[in-house]
Amino acid sequence: MSLELLSDEGYRMDGRKANELRRVRCNLGVFQQADGSAYIEQGNTKILAAVYGPHEPSQNFRSQVPHDNCLINCEYSQAAFSGVERKNRPRGDRKGQEMAAHIKQTFEASIQTTLYPRSQIDICLQVLQSDGSDYAVSVNAATLALIDAGITMKDYIIACSASLAKGVSLVDINHVEESVGCAELSAAVLPKLGRIVYTELNGKLHEDEMGQILEAVEAGCQDVFHVLEQHVREHVKDTAANFAVS
Amino acid sequence: MAVVSLSDAEKFFIVHGIEDEGLRTDGRSCEDYRCIELETGLLSNTYGSSRLRLGNTELLAGIKIELGTPNPKNPDEGWVEFHIDCSPNASLAFQGRGGQELSNGICCHLSRIYNNKSALDLKQLCIVPHHHCWVVHVDVIVLEYGGNLFDSISIAVKGALHNCGVPNVNVSAGDEGEFEINLPDDPADVNKLKISSCPVLVTISKVGNRHIVDPTLEEEFCSHASLIVGVTSKGLITGMKKVGSGSLCPESISEMLQSAKSVGKRINSAFTKLMKTEKGIAKSVEKTGYL
Repeated sequence: MSLELLSDEGYRMDGRKANELRRVRCNLGVFQQADGSAYIEQGNTKILAAVYGPHEPSQNFRSQVPHDNCLINCEYSQAAFSGVERKNRPRGDRKGQEMAAHIKQTFEASIQTTLYPRSQIDICLQVLQSDGSDYAVSVNAATLALIDAGITMKDYIIACSASLAKGVSLVDINHVEESVGCAELSAAVLPKLGRIVYTELNGKLHEDEMGQILEAVEAGCQDVFHVLEQHVREHVKDTAANFAVS
Repeated sequence: MAVVSLSDAEKFFIVHGIEDEGLRTDGRSCEDYRCIELETGLLSNTYGSSRLRLGNTELLAGIKIELGTPNPKNPDEGWVEFHIDCSPNASLAFQGRGGQELSNGICCHLSRIYNNKSALDLKQLCIVPHHHCWVVHVDVIVLEYGGNLFDSISIAVKGALHNCGVPNVNVSAGDEGEFEINLPDDPADVNKLKISSCPVLVTISKVGNRHIVDPTLEEEFCSHASLIVGVTSKGLITGMKKVGSGSLCPESISEMLQSAKSVGKRINSAFTKLMKTEKGIAKSVEKTGYL
């Protein structure tokens, strides 16, 4: 019995329509000790991001720091209780290292590295609960944390995922939809400039369908951007109001 | 593991404030804890969870339960396994394998305290003697490090165990001596663990010629010897460990143990009161976690 990703009435397994995102909730400035931090929930995927920097390069990276740019270091760890089965090794496994490398590459495209020469910026991601679209939610969390840290960026980086079922693109897929095995596209975009920074496709897809699924991902990213930008503006307003009072 | 650097003047200020006035830099007395926030049951995909904030230290504990085979030495008991993960979120020093030593130390201490008869009745984790038992995996992530990790982890673990529900399975005899274990349909059909005699760890650090409870990162840096004592709600001491490079004389140790007992009793009773209050308001309040 195969799982039906999309019912005949156009509803997915969790009751969403094909182009609907899961509920996005976020919070900036969750921790005091990190330079910037953020928490984001997209449905049941919950990720915490912390940013340290720009600071003097640590022992391990001293030799790799370029003289005219800053070095971006990314650490990705998954809590043992984040998935359905218990995960013994929180970080250092292949998937985690690959994810960290992809996120590092994504943010090198947006952070104005020439403004922080000979320094290091650390982006630390902690997955508390994983229910699909881990890359996309991690990128969104890291963007918010970088904004909270006050690091100069060209634009927000917003990521989203999409899949294809019965010729219809499904936006923001969850764990069950991921494990069915259809093609899954994740992309990170610069929303105001409309450019794609990173994209990854897993599974088989016909080249005619590529355009459709890319459009769906871009639309999904714009929707997430609206939510996150709204929240950032409110947060800045509240913070500014607190300064004024004291 | 202090990741803070202090000048000599700052160390002098902290040490002499405690020695002469009995006051610490944030205004606490020697036996005061910082404000502790504890919330349980916030992760839906675990059997039990808790979130704890002690000053700047932030932890998240989650419990996953798996089936296992009992140890032949104790065929009618299950067991509890602890894993601590010092997340790079907490401190730059925890990147890569940086936090390994610290987490191993805390894991070993917790295992010693919990895998004996006085703390937790491990017989409630048995399903079929000699064949099947529950293995309780307690995973703690350190999300922010502001000092006093041992105490905060022990309170978070106690909170998660209090919230934990072991599924109420029915066992039927299958063929060839195998047993069939059926999970209940109702996810709320669980047995709660009895945690009334679980100890709470109390860290007492020697600073100058006085001792303080619940040190911050800066105070940990100024102290060369600490005692970590496990205290139950009745004031019984279940385990003790000395850490640090300094030495202690026997009179200091007995004084520190007396403090540990009274502080430990206070923490345990505050914990019990908080769990009762949380149970009372559980249905009316939505769990927000980090939002």
